[in-house]
Amino acid sequence: MAQAITFYTLSAFILGFAIMVVSTKNTVHSVLFLVVNFLFVAALYVTLGAQFLAVIQILVYAGGIVVLYLFVVMLVNLKRPPEAHQDPHRMTRLGFGMAAAVLLELGMIAAYSATAPPARPPVAATAAIPVSGNTEQVGWLLYTSYLIPFEIASMLLLVAMIGAIVLAKREL
Amino acid sequence: MIDTIVIPLIKILIVLNATLVAVTYMVLLERKVIAWAQSRLGPMRVGPYGVLQPIADAIKLMIKEDITPVRADKYVFTAAPIIAMVPALIVYAVIPFGPTVNIFGHPVPLYIADINVGLLFIVSVASVGVYGIILAGWSSNSKYPLLASLRASAQLISYEVAVTLTLVSVIMMAGTLSMVGIVNAQYNQHIWYAFAQPVAFIIVLIGGLAETNRAPFDLPEAEQELTGGFHTEYSGMRFALFFLAEYANMIVVSSVVTTLFFAGWLPPFPNTSWTRFLYFVPSWVWFFLKSFVFLYIFIWIRATLPRYRYDQLMRLGWKVLIPLAIANLVVTGIVKVLML
Repeated sequence: MAQAITFYTLSAFILGFAIMVVSTKNTVHSVLFLVVNFLFVAALYVTLGAQFLAVIQILVYAGGIVVLYLFVVMLVNLKRPPEAHQDPHRMTRLGFGMAAAVLLELGMIAAYSATAPPARPPVAATAAIPVSGNTEQVGWLLYTSYLIPFEIASMLLLVAMIGAIVLAKREL
Repeated sequence: MIDTIVIPLIKILIVLNATLVAVTYMVLLERKVIAWAQSRLGPMRVGPYGVLQPIADAIKLMIKEDITPVRADKYVFTAAPIIAMVPALIVYAVIPFGPTVNIFGHPVPLYIADINVGLLFIVSVASVGVYGIILAGWSSNSKYPLLASLRASAQLISYEVAVTLTLVSVIMMAGTLSMVGIVNAQYNQHIWYAFAQPVAFIIVLIGGLAETNRAPFDLPEAEQELTGGFHTEYSGMRFALFFLAEYANMIVVSSVVTTLFFAGWLPPFPNTSWTRFLYFVPSWVWFFLKSFVFLYIFIWIRATLPRYRYDQLMRLGWKVLIPLAIANLVVTGIVKVLML
């Protein structure tokens, strides 16, 4: 019961701040609401017993990536978007399209979860992990069951990093 | 009931109040030490040898006029000092001041929480503190604070990388992220990590100076270039909050360095039998003594070294500390594998 109340309260905050992110006119305010949103998502992870994920969520998203967003937003002048000579209804049509896509997705999830067989257990059952503690378990899974996805993800990050360096420095 | 609610609340109350008092007296200590370094007396008027100066300062700051610039972004301008202060205080939740002790026959741990991800918690909460500085500069709607906040955020992000990478090698030594676990690991391995990981210790100390915007890395508040820095437009208690946040962060860095590299609350030579008598000093006294040494070093460095130039700062961060941190990590990993 208490868990349900916590979950729905946190979800309400997450959704509320997500709406604030997209509805605020001021870009810096919107970025700040995004930070608060991420903090509540981290709180949700804590209620699920995933402390490591929660802390990483704060460290990487709230503390790292959004700081860079803020940097760009502060440095680039966003006061006057070049909208004057565009089709005024383009945004409306785009909005309706996106809303339809999201609704379709939600409907598919609802239909699937109504008909789907009972959820199968997670790939590696916790009993098979020889270490205790949240961080240790995450590390164990990353280096055993999920080694290849983990390595691919790190390669992807490396490629992105090299790409950024190549773009920034034309002559090396 | 008593163990889950009453005792933690009392501990939180004590830690918060003690921190705020310590922070105000840090300001006095800094003024005194710098004065002595420059053959002056420092504050002498309020109370004997100026010991009541922090109280006078606090009263002055509270009754000062609190100005919000007309063109400032009001909400963000108000939120920025709070965002700077709160993470600095939250971090104390996982800092262990001592082991579990018996108080009136009741076992009470001398820390608010020992969580599995303690060290990462400190790093991540501290990384949120950057927003206070960035937003203060941006919301003031004034060019010097904006420049200062851009400098500050670039500096903090750069040094955060080096410090976090270095902390990984300490975590590898201890095999745990829990702050209490790291102290116990140093007890079990019979060594302070300052001696097992000297490079890591130096990098964390330098990075800690840069992360708290202290001299010689106090570029965000370089008066000569920026007329004061990111808090130029702030006055009264809101300015004081930035000030207190900086000193609270200094205490955090000293406590973290003490815990990670100098075995926190343990006395020197905790394992040998002929130094048993050192255990008669309470554990938290050892913790505060060790932390105090680092706080003193912070002030000492400020009184001694001139400020870095901005390009020197960036070069030190990216071209010296980060490669050194990575090399240290690799060496630690190799040694760890060879010794197992």
